[in-house]
Amino acid sequence: MGSPRPRRGRSRWLEALACAGALLLLGAGPRSGYETMTPQLRAMQDDDLSNPGMLAVAEGEALFAREGCAGCHTAEAMRGVAARYPALDRASQAPIDLSGRIAQCREKRQQRPPLPREGPAMLALTAFVAHQSRGLPLQPDPRLAEARRQGEALFRERRGQLNLSCAQCHDDNAGRRLAGSLIPEGHPNGYPLYRLEWQALGSLQRRLRNCLVGVRSEPFPPGAPDYVALEAYLVARARGLLVETPAIRP
Amino acid sequence: MVRTLLRVPATARSGEVIEIRTLIAHPMETGFRPGADGTVQPRDIIRRFTCRFNNREVFAAELHPAVAANPYLTFTLRVEESGILAFTWEGDNGFSQTETRPIAVA
Repeated sequence: MGSPRPRRGRSRWLEALACAGALLLLGAGPRSGYETMTPQLRAMQDDDLSNPGMLAVAEGEALFAREGCAGCHTAEAMRGVAARYPALDRASQAPIDLSGRIAQCREKRQQRPPLPREGPAMLALTAFVAHQSRGLPLQPDPRLAEARRQGEALFRERRGQLNLSCAQCHDDNAGRRLAGSLIPEGHPNGYPLYRLEWQALGSLQRRLRNCLVGVRSEPFPPGAPDYVALEAYLVARARGLLVETPAIRP
Repeated sequence: MVRTLLRVPATARSGEVIEIRTLIAHPMETGFRPGADGTVQPRDIIRRFTCRFNNREVFAAELHPAVAANPYLTFTLRVEESGILAFTWEGDNGFSQTETRPIAVA
């Protein structure tokens, strides 16, 4: 009979190692997709004259003046707004995202016909407003605890024919490769962003739809509250990351 | 008129080589892709970019369907005198846009 003592000693050692590893991981915090991009793509995002997202920001600035937003709001007052969205809409007591707020302002207060949610005008306006918060850390709205819980459940729910949850790629295997592509941690800190694959500016909902179709599941219907709940969770998960709008992503 | 982003130095020394960067919003639809209804979308690209300095052509480029959306072009130029730089993008469906920037050479 061998003595159990050395074995116990070794397992304690392993435990300590695992603890240290977990602490290291925690210390690392969320990593923006920016950090895992190639130097060329990072340079493209950093230089406002090579970042095609800035074309949309310039368009959004013109729309902000032309569509009457500037009658009540100033661009300076928009600083920090995007960092705290999605927020709680007081009237409906439901979470609302930045594009949703812009649409609501336009329809309820300006009494004007809605802009298509993923159309170039809405994307440009959202990009312009979000761009004012560039460099500020994401601050999740503390009133959205319920939406965050729903969002986290969606994030961990296996979906589609491939039977995969968001977490299985973006938590468990972030940093590894899916075929040739690096799996990012999936943070929402640069939207609306210019994706090279799209050759255009796109919203977070478009990105989420892409992923849903990717695991061969039925995407949520356009404008479904599930997207905003998921966004509320993603923002809490990315707490402290800086807003990069308009980001570049492969 | 579509959005453009241009970086042109406002001043330069005589004989200095300056770098010019241009970016224009354009879908550069290749003419090979099917749309949502399954039919091939007609080609819509920028065919030619020219840069003129005081009405003399100093740089030109032919663009083809493989060029990405929102073409970004950068080139260098030696300037000897003050003048006006004119950038022209021409393409399918009668697309034509010209932007001008003054440059003062000391």
